[in-house]
Amino acid sequence: MALPQTLVSELDELVTHYPEARAALIPALHRCQEELGGWISPETMEDMAAYFDLEPVEVYGVVTFYPMFRTSPPGRHVVSVCHNVSCDLRGAREILARVCEVTGAEKGATSPDGKFTVTTVECQGACTSAPMFDLDGTYHEDLSLEDVDRILGGVEA
Amino acid sequence: MSAHETYLLDRAVTENSHRLDTYRAAGGYETLEKVLKDPVEPKQVIEELKDSGLRGRGGAGFPTGLKLSFMPDVEKDPRPRYLAINADESEPGTCKDRVLMREDPHGLIEGILITCWAIRAKASYVYVRGEYRHEYDRVAQALEEARAAGLVGKNVLGTDFSCEIFMHKGAGAYICGEETGLMESLEGKRGHPRPKPPFPAGFGLWGSPTTVNNVETIFNVPFIIQRGAAWYRTMGTAKSPGNFLCGISGHVERPGVYEVPLGIPARQIIEEIAGGVWKGRELKAWIPGGSSTGLMPASTIDTPMDHDSLKEAGSMLGTGAIIALDETACVVRASEVIARFYDHESCGQCSQCREGTQWLYQVFSRIEHGHGRVEDVELLESLANGMAPGKTICALADAAAIPTHAVVRHFRDELLQHVELGRCPFDGNGGEGTATRREPAGASA
Ligand SMILES: Cc1cc2nc3c(=O)[nH]c(=O)nc-3n(C[C@H](O)[C@H](O)[C@H](O)COP(=O)(O)O)c2cc1C
Ligand code: SF4
Ligand code: FES
Repeated sequence: MALPQTLVSELDELVTHYPEARAALIPALHRCQEELGGWISPETMEDMAAYFDLEPVEVYGVVTFYPMFRTSPPGRHVVSVCHNVSCDLRGAREILARVCEVTGAEKGATSPDGKFTVTTVECQGACTSAPMFDLDGTYHEDLSLEDVDRILGGVEA
Repeated sequence: MSAHETYLLDRAVTENSHRLDTYRAAGGYETLEKVLKDPVEPKQVIEELKDSGLRGRGGAGFPTGLKLSFMPDVEKDPRPRYLAINADESEPGTCKDRVLMREDPHGLIEGILITCWAIRAKASYVYVRGEYRHEYDRVAQALEEARAAGLVGKNVLGTDFSCEIFMHKGAGAYICGEETGLMESLEGKRGHPRPKPPFPAGFGLWGSPTTVNNVETIFNVPFIIQRGAAWYRTMGTAKSPGNFLCGISGHVERPGVYEVPLGIPARQIIEEIAGGVWKGRELKAWIPGGSSTGLMPASTIDTPMDHDSLKEAGSMLGTGAIIALDETACVVRASEVIARFYDHESCGQCSQCREGTQWLYQVFSRIEHGHGRVEDVELLESLANGMAPGKTICALADAAAIPTHAVVRHFRDELLQHVELGRCPFDGNGGEGTATRREPAGASA
């Protein structure tokens, strides 16, 4: 198995939380995505299938059902801009346009230098401090266009 | 601001409110101790909750005590039993559970322990939407503190009662907030809702008796057990007692999550508590309880915020999340965004929902972007009628149909205005036009 031993030990503990091991699949996929390059590769799916004693196609079915799992490698930083209704009412479209401009990435794509991937996401539960985006797992809320420049300008290569 | 009694957010405003010592200094876990040691029998806990009139805060408003009483008799049914906490919070507009998890995680944990005692569950899972990393960590840290203090795990507070609480991370699918979708997801599968019956109390997680409750619902439990059902009923209305967390977003001066009594007029929340419509503008429309409850005209803001009053007004309390739209906003644009959401989130099991949500999005989109026809207004209604009520496995189809009916009922003129002009009359709030332009069946001119 290509999974790092530390991750395997973690999974061994995780499965004890449930009466059936498979229940740990989604948390396990999260850990894989965090540790193994920000996406779930075909090899990772096979490793997961082997670990959980499932068919690879079952793992694939789960991975592709959940929007947070990526099946292709992202840029070094991921900006997820909420485009749902509360954010839309407070300027999410302008925020998204600015994010694309500053990063050089098109919506749903990665910038040519591989630094940023920009995506739109559904409501993130930050509606009362809209508009917002998530940068590499941290929320940035109540955004102005200047905030976008400042936050993304401060991201290291 | 009105002077009403509060309890839900009282602790949340103190420094280090998420820490065990702070919680204990405020009397935290004393109710649990009393319940376990006096003891207050499980049946009594459920009776108290029934008497309190507490209704679920996850959207459906189901009476909580009654739901707990559906769990089978432990003498006759030896299967393990579970409490699943719904912390998926994904209904657009809603961001209240997040505040409780972040600022007062021990309040949630105490509620879980008392509820597990009441239904005799030895394990609980807290299903947190994957994006709430910070909130997940807060509850996880609080659990570690609680476990180290003998409050969670084997022999809670030295009694015979043992209860494990596990954190579980979702991965960004709205449908996993639907209680049977949540259970499928917790079992490591795609979040496809299950047909009901069987209901979770009979056949839930891993085929065992299960209760699913929202974070805010369970957060209310220790207060009710400590202070009593009669106290609880001094707040709110006869049929919807207590306070609730109202998140208000959109075009107001002070968006935020506020604790208010059920039955408070929406006007008071919008105009007083949230500081009124921003930029000195007029209110045009509002959504009472998350995107699925539909746009209402500004003329209805005297409606009391409780289950029955909003139902009578043709909407729902839902998650109690108000979204305000000012006079410059376009209701067609808002409808397009909402329809896009339900299209994106339909799990695809039922054709009415899978196809219906897609068509609704396309029709709203073409009206908004100047390609609509007069018949489209009728088409929207007939599409919504084909999806709900009660035509599908779960209520996501209803969640898409209800706002469609609402916008046609209350804003028909604005829909037709778009068609006549061949464009959105509210340029600045018009839209970017991301919809794919396929022709919905039955809509060809
Ligand atoms: C499509 C859909 C999404 C839902 N999302 C949530 C959610 O994110 N959080 C929640 O607590 N309830 C959600 N619900 C309601 C749950 O199915 C269920 O009624 C609730 O968790 C029960 O808890 P309560 O009785 O404490 O409210 C959703 C329902 C539907 C139909
Ligand atoms: S109504 Fe929609 S979301 Fe619910 S089960 Fe059917 S297809 Fe899935
Ligand atoms: S609509 Fe953007 S966070 Fe809720």
